[in-house]
Amino acid sequence: MTERPLLETRHLAISFGGVTAASGINISIYGNRRLAIIGPNGAGKTTFLNLCTGYLKPHSGQIFFDGKDVTRVEPRLLVRRGVARAFQIPQLFTEHTVMENMLLAGAAASRRMSPFLPMTRIPERKDVQHILEMVKCEHLSDRPVAELPEGQRKLVDIALALALKPKLLFMDEPTSGVASSEKFEVLEIIAGALDMAGVTSVFVEHDMGIVERFADEVAVWNRGEVLFRGSPQDVLAHPDVMRDVIGEDA
Amino acid sequence: MIQSLRLLIPALALVVVALIPVFAPTTQVLLTLALAKSLAVLGVIVLLQAGQVSFGHALYFAVAAYTATFVGKVMGGGEIVVTLLAGAVAAGTVSVVVGLFVTRYRHIFFGMLNLALSMIFFSFLEKFYFVTGGSDGLSVARPTVIGLSLERGPFEAVLFYGSLGLVAAALFLTDRFLHSSIGQMMRAIKTNEVRLEYLGISARHVLLIGYVVSAVLCGLGGALMATAQGIVTPEYAWWIRSGEFVFIAILGGAGSIGGAVAGALIYESVRTYAAAFAADIWQMVLGFILLVIILFAPKGIMGIFQGLQPRAGSSRTRGGTKVEPAE
Repeated sequence: MTERPLLETRHLAISFGGVTAASGINISIYGNRRLAIIGPNGAGKTTFLNLCTGYLKPHSGQIFFDGKDVTRVEPRLLVRRGVARAFQIPQLFTEHTVMENMLLAGAAASRRMSPFLPMTRIPERKDVQHILEMVKCEHLSDRPVAELPEGQRKLVDIALALALKPKLLFMDEPTSGVASSEKFEVLEIIAGALDMAGVTSVFVEHDMGIVERFADEVAVWNRGEVLFRGSPQDVLAHPDVMRDVIGEDA
Repeated sequence: MIQSLRLLIPALALVVVALIPVFAPTTQVLLTLALAKSLAVLGVIVLLQAGQVSFGHALYFAVAAYTATFVGKVMGGGEIVVTLLAGAVAAGTVSVVVGLFVTRYRHIFFGMLNLALSMIFFSFLEKFYFVTGGSDGLSVARPTVIGLSLERGPFEAVLFYGSLGLVAAALFLTDRFLHSSIGQMMRAIKTNEVRLEYLGISARHVLLIGYVVSAVLCGLGGALMATAQGIVTPEYAWWIRSGEFVFIAILGGAGSIGGAVAGALIYESVRTYAAAFAADIWQMVLGFILLVIILFAPKGIMGIFQGLQPRAGSSRTRGGTKVEPAE
């Protein structure tokens, strides 16, 4: 493949005490795709996200984003380069409304720091309104985020990340905490918004139904390593994956 | 309509305060001192938006008061506009240096570091008596007002109405600041600093800006206080003074900038009259009031006041957009 990867890691390693959470991860993530990361608990999936978003610094190895070494770049500077993140537990500003959360993200994206222009009147308002429509949360604009159900909080969390106009979005279990009956619906909305915004994404997921339906590619994590990588059909049919990750005998 | 109401009530309150000395001339100096203190409390309230309590903001109160005094001395009395400005600029400058250090810390560490630094300055003022006058302090010459030398009576009147104008301007500008993106980012530090960093914003940078704004407000208050009292002493930097600012902020209502003025006016009145009528137990009276406020009105006097206002349906406005009641 001659296409340059959007994000590439080389021999990425980190351990916590005796636990190796990443042992030499080499992976390339290409543009305009959705990559699902699956694996048993403790496989190092979230650690990988934390490394790629600058929250953790690797003990060895390198991370390249858009061809540049970003291994030790601070999270907020990585964000400015185009790497955004959504969280397993939605990280919102709980004393603000949905729109105010979005406006904060909009102001942050263009670093609008004028001390006397009311935030409600910043020019980014239109952009963030559009993103709220993309995640089908426009009717929640004036609701305090603290009183939203989990599914909608997840969507607002992702909308905040999209307001930064990222090139790459990492999502840690975008449907965890969401009622099973709503999981597909929530991911349908997320996938639609990502497509509309043209954002490449990497998401950690435990629900194989969701992986099969929404991922273009799947990477299987185990003990801090990438075991397999391939199309959802190939990976999910692999007997080792069935046994180690899904917990079913092939 | 509701927007204009929002401005009408504070405007009415200012008019009421402006009229008090007309009917009770003896209160004029007391009110001027309360207004000076309210500027410092406003500074503390700015920091409280980010969830940070400083127990050492008397540092900026004192830095500005002493700077205004020295500038006045150098100018042979000085001009009030210059001395106040010099005080505020000095407080702002010191706060940039101190802020670079203290904004690395949060909560109790932030509060205690500020306290420690203010007490270092307190000791400095006490020990370097050949410059600062030690514990006796320095007397502040009466400055000119836009070039005019005034007698004591007119000067005190001008100082009172000037302070009122200054407080009104400070309230307006602080309100604008707190509603701007950067002011809202201060509030975001309180609820989710991690997310703020993941929006590409340095929480430290935002807190530093808020810290400097708060120090400048405190400084203006200190310089005004020195001018009104005619004397500065190391007590301006004492930790009890810092505590007093926090006390008044909680009394008035830490979530609202109007609380700074309401709290300062009530605090100074209670303090003055309780000291006159119950000299031995006035601190107890204040302590009891604080207990009652914390237990029964955690949003302070402003909270009680807002609770009394009729809720026009439940459609509050937030910056011009109508807020629908929750489903």
